[in-house]
Amino acid sequence: MSLFIDYTLNGITNGMIYASLALALVLIFRATRIINFAQGAMAMMTTFIAYSLLDRGLGYWWAFLVVLAIGFVFGALVQRVLIQPLQGKSELNPVIVTIGLLVVLEGLAGAIYGNASHGFPAAYSQSGLTIGHTKIAFSHFDVFVLVAVIVLMLATLVLFRFTTLGLRMRASAFAGEVSRLLGVRVGLLLTLGWALAGIAGSLAGLLVAPTSAFGPYYMDLILVYGFTAAVIGGLESPVGALIGGLITGLSISYVGGYLGSGLEPVGALVLLMVALTARPEGIIARPPARRV
Amino acid sequence: MLEVTDLSVFYGAAQALRSVSFSAEPGAITAILGANGAGKTTLLRALTGLVKPKAGSVRFDGEELLGKSVENIARSDVAHIPEGRGVIEELTVEENLRVPTLWCMGRRERQQAIEATYEIFPLLRGLRGRHASTLSGGERQMLVIGRALISRPRLLLLDEPSLGLAPLVTGQLMALLRDRTEGTDLTVVLVEQNARSALSVAHHAVVLNLGEVVVSDAAAVIAGDSELRHHYLGF
Repeated sequence: MSLFIDYTLNGITNGMIYASLALALVLIFRATRIINFAQGAMAMMTTFIAYSLLDRGLGYWWAFLVVLAIGFVFGALVQRVLIQPLQGKSELNPVIVTIGLLVVLEGLAGAIYGNASHGFPAAYSQSGLTIGHTKIAFSHFDVFVLVAVIVLMLATLVLFRFTTLGLRMRASAFAGEVSRLLGVRVGLLLTLGWALAGIAGSLAGLLVAPTSAFGPYYMDLILVYGFTAAVIGGLESPVGALIGGLITGLSISYVGGYLGSGLEPVGALVLLMVALTARPEGIIARPPARRV
Repeated sequence: MLEVTDLSVFYGAAQALRSVSFSAEPGAITAILGANGAGKTTLLRALTGLVKPKAGSVRFDGEELLGKSVENIARSDVAHIPEGRGVIEELTVEENLRVPTLWCMGRRERQQAIEATYEIFPLLRGLRGRHASTLSGGERQMLVIGRALISRPRLLLLDEPSLGLAPLVTGQLMALLRDRTEGTDLTVVLVEQNARSALSVAHHAVVLNLGEVVVSDAAAVIAGDSELRHHYLGF
């Protein structure tokens, strides 16, 4: 029972991180119908920037904020420079470009920082909390992960549901041409969507780095898990990303705990196949249309 | 006043519009008529920048629209209701109404404009929280016309508004259009395949065939020309 609780807590923490990356994928997919295969690599790059800033003596929280801001700008730049020029051309083009960007960024990080893994500090202690006389697999850092992702999700929810900017972003994402005809500057809002995805991705990168072999490829598997989470959630819903992240995190944690950590990627693949077979539209599907 | 001069549009090597010229007066409805493939929808899309013409001029109240972005044309008091109605299905009825007001109205003015729209279309008030995806064809048409009128356009372009609507609803729609146009400075350009219905409400009509203007005259004159009607309008 104790192990089950530990695996559950571990799954929730990791699931929140996958949800953060899934949110980044969702923000981009629902606006531009593109899966950004470079999202993990972009997060890796911004985390390496944090690593450099910390190495030069900048405080953790300053580095944290600076890197989220860099993630914002990085996301916007990628959309403006690489993706927007491909608008209206073959749907395959942006896929190839994002895969190309993934390869370039990983190569660049390897060239600058080397391919070996580095130590990345955590914001808080990673040793398990003690409840009564029992030590559980849940640390102060895990609490921070939970709070950080919940704040991100709530901020996204407030932005989209309760602000005029969010309404414009939703309109642009769902009906670009109609929104342009209504005077909405769709291009700018699509860029903003990529920029916000940059923040979500950068956050995921910062949260994963202390608990993994931080190097040029450390986000590759996280991207797969984040993608699985996004698909389970329906690829278009931030709430779906959160639910999908938790389902993915818990499933992978149980597979890793009970069957062996080597089977975790297989578990994600099985989960993805089950999700696509049982509910391809995702847990949070759009309201059904009724044509009369 | 809308003045279209020598407008030519190509899709690759195929020419969709051939030196189209016509004008539309404020306070009047100008119907653009013609068979499938005549270039009616392309013409509207060219007026609002969705299609880039190769040549020609589109001036509205003396201001050249060609070369401006779609968004800037919309912000020049031009409303375009595209074919298929163009509701944003994922948004609620009220959110749909709010979208065109976001860049031009403050919170209070926006709410007043939405209330004014509910006065014109009382049915929409009861549907305000519903997702647009759940609306019937007639409800959708009310929504898009309300949404187009809410930002008080001076030029309203409608593409096949009667498509899929019952004759009774189409009649109500045409009457509403006439009511909102006459005695105002609103210029309406109405693209319709249902020529009979369009001619019943329009003041002026332009007949297109294979991308060319066949005739541009008073709607009553075109309605009275049986040979023209049989040949190009199918009734």
